[in-house]
Amino acid sequence: MDSALVYAAIAVAVILTLAISVVALRRRGGAQAIEPAASAALTAETREVETSAIVLELEVPEPAAGRLHRLRTRLARSNSAIGQGLLALLSRDTIDTATWDEIEETLLLADLGVGPTNEIIERLRTALRVEGGARSADAVKEALREALLALVDPGMNRELVTAAPNRPAVVMIVGVNGTGKTTTTGKLARLLVAEGRSVVLGAADTFRAAAAEQLQTWGDRVGAVVVRGPEGGDPAAVAFDAVSAGVRDGADTVVIDTAGRLHTKTGLMDELDKVKRVIEKQSQVDEVLLVLDATTGQNGLVQARVFAESVNVTGIVLTKLDGTARGGIVIAVQRELGVPVKLVGLGEGPDDLAPFDPVEFVDALVAG
Amino acid sequence: MFANLSDRLAGTFKGLRGKGRLSEADVDATVLEIRTALLEADVAVPVVRAFTAVVKERALAAAASGALNPAQQIVKIVHEELVAVLGGEARPLRLAKQPPTVIVLAGLQGAGKTTLAGKLALQLRGQGHAPLLVAADLQRPNAVDQLRVMAERAGVAIFAPEPGNGVGDPVQVTKDARAYALQKQHDVVIVDTAGRLAIDAELMQQLREVKAAAQPDDTLFVVDAMIGQDAVRTAEEFMQAVGFDGIVLTKLDGDARGGAALSVKGVTGKPIMFASVGEKLTDFEVFHPDRMASRILDMGDMLTLIEQAERAFDAEQTERMAKKVAKGEDFTLDDFLEQMQAVKKMGSLGKILGMLPGMGDMKAQLDQVDDRDLDRVAAIIQSMTPGERADPKILNGSRRLRIAKGAGTTVTEVNGLVDRFAQAQKMMKQMGKGGGMPGMPGMGGMPGMGGGSKKSKGKSQGSAKAKKGRSGNPAKRADQESGVAMAPASAGPGSMLGMGAGGRVEDAASLELPDELKRLLG
Repeated sequence: MDSALVYAAIAVAVILTLAISVVALRRRGGAQAIEPAASAALTAETREVETSAIVLELEVPEPAAGRLHRLRTRLARSNSAIGQGLLALLSRDTIDTATWDEIEETLLLADLGVGPTNEIIERLRTALRVEGGARSADAVKEALREALLALVDPGMNRELVTAAPNRPAVVMIVGVNGTGKTTTTGKLARLLVAEGRSVVLGAADTFRAAAAEQLQTWGDRVGAVVVRGPEGGDPAAVAFDAVSAGVRDGADTVVIDTAGRLHTKTGLMDELDKVKRVIEKQSQVDEVLLVLDATTGQNGLVQARVFAESVNVTGIVLTKLDGTARGGIVIAVQRELGVPVKLVGLGEGPDDLAPFDPVEFVDALVAG
Repeated sequence: MFANLSDRLAGTFKGLRGKGRLSEADVDATVLEIRTALLEADVAVPVVRAFTAVVKERALAAAASGALNPAQQIVKIVHEELVAVLGGEARPLRLAKQPPTVIVLAGLQGAGKTTLAGKLALQLRGQGHAPLLVAADLQRPNAVDQLRVMAERAGVAIFAPEPGNGVGDPVQVTKDARAYALQKQHDVVIVDTAGRLAIDAELMQQLREVKAAAQPDDTLFVVDAMIGQDAVRTAEEFMQAVGFDGIVLTKLDGDARGGAALSVKGVTGKPIMFASVGEKLTDFEVFHPDRMASRILDMGDMLTLIEQAERAFDAEQTERMAKKVAKGEDFTLDDFLEQMQAVKKMGSLGKILGMLPGMGDMKAQLDQVDDRDLDRVAAIIQSMTPGERADPKILNGSRRLRIAKGAGTTVTEVNGLVDRFAQAQKMMKQMGKGGGMPGMPGMGGMPGMGGGSKKSKGKSQGSAKAKKGRSGNPAKRADQESGVAMAPASAGPGSMLGMGAGGRVEDAASLELPDELKRLLG
């Protein structure tokens, strides 16, 4: 018998029988939850907590305030097509079906997704109908600005919790591979240092080769303490140690960098859940930031949903927005999960991470 | 979750039943659905436009020919066109006549270039080459270290004269690498470059210089399968500014539909050569256009399911199972438990079931499958003694009560498990006898499994089983009937379509699987 066939047969057989028993269990309704013995045994081994020696010269990061404004030109460059393109289309004398199609296309190209695109078009149609035939350029601009603003939803609380009374605030950085978690962690540390906070970084990415070194480099630049573990070690233990170090040193904020993981890897998502649970043995986790790459398409929504289920994401960091990608997927994510974008990454420079300001963001889009 | 294309089309065609043939307006509506499906899979807008135009033309022809089931026809057309676009000439790496062969990896930040360099090196080493990894990513902090670790894991040499972190000139490194490779007799040189944005003129210029210095035989554009609409622009700009010869799709182990593959291929016309499907160095394979097509359309994908199963089940375990099945030995609860753990490794149960063709219209139900139920079943089995696990027949009332107590559940549930297990056991036994898979007739016709000959047998057995599947025990029967009622009507054209979703419309045998499965699932 073909061995591949055997595999498949076994898999499907098991799946079938399982599905049956599962549904049967559910139907009987009496399924008591058997909680897995939640004994997240903390590794008691003494782990070497390397404390980075403060390098001779520390860089002084730029203050957070006005960062987005400073980066506005860059933002405009990345988004000009959407804002300017839409404006040009909407300012035409007659807006016919073909024009609406073009508008739709422009929005779709921004990765907004089919649903939000249709919604914004409806909104624009209504707004323009009210205006009637005599549309001034300003009125069109205003209508577009309002439609975009409504999408970004300025009402959400975008404050980053980086301070807590009598203990360090704990921020966890999570996301799929290659979105820029370690870089974001480093930049966030700079942002916090710029605000006069003392920061401890936890290199809980023990999986990817040289991830801890990468974070160490970031930490050294601003004089943040970096807590590391052995490569391939237990990330939860490193995170725990980092928080301990933060408590011991009386730091203001502890930022934990985790390994990138695809949301489809159940085992890895469980690991992330464990990291959070273990941290919570010492301290509440104040922020869980999901790092999303602006180039991500519709899969971003699935990612956000799974991460939110696993670790209760409190905010989104949208990175690589300095390219041509528009990051329209965050709009769907914000709306679907109610998780606001809190930070945006706008370039390779160490200070190119800025707090997200919806009004400023939309103004940059429309003004170009 | 978005409904897949066949479900969408089923909806569109519902109103058309009874109509002899499709009008152009009907086709337009269909094409609109196809467009939405493709957009939701992140296929870029211009590519979608071009693609739907082709599909529309063929669909009109199909409608005019008065095909019996136009919906099926159209799904098939879409799938075929996708495979045609994605496929093209697949080719292996070009090896230079005069070594060293030089391969340059380029792409956006975070696409997975450094990891890919390691994977490629390992594969080439396996083919008897002596690859050399060149650390030309001097931008990202500690990228050089990462590559060094990759080289170590892959057991290949590395050329990293510069420390990185912004220090050193990648062009010079690349130049030196050639000489170094010649001197040390490395026949393949893999240059890992820094990730860059296509709009960064300075870095693109640098990449051009690196390429000129490397004189690569192949330049591979590494692109993340999760990328959205920006894929086209990035690919175009890389193509124009630097030029590349092949595409590598990474992070395909996620659940992104990967429309980017279609976009990049459609715009540049360059072949997609490899797919990267995991974090281990060995998770690297040749690209399969037909699977990608099914994936973009979010159709059930048996092959992916089988592959995932292969990955989750370790070889030794499968060997043992295969032997057991072949010998006709009993499938024990221990095996069952083992399989279950492996299934858990494959991801969420709902998703696995969703990969079976024809499960599309059960999505809502699948979403409700709670994976913790697996733990509950495991708890029941783990509360049994080894003897009981080997031979569940010895389970009498008091044993069952003990088990129920041990697992924190009720005897009814233990009974349920034992009953279902007996069914599975029977199935495994019959399978071992070489009689195909009763109750699972679809298996015989699984594509690519070389099992095509079992089609007809499977089919007849399937329908036979459906009839006798009713229990004599009134309580049980009620149970079964309610189960059937719970499952959505499965015999309608919806499931026909669902099957067509697999792009294997001609494979009549697989039609049985969804129905049967639904019945069991209910």
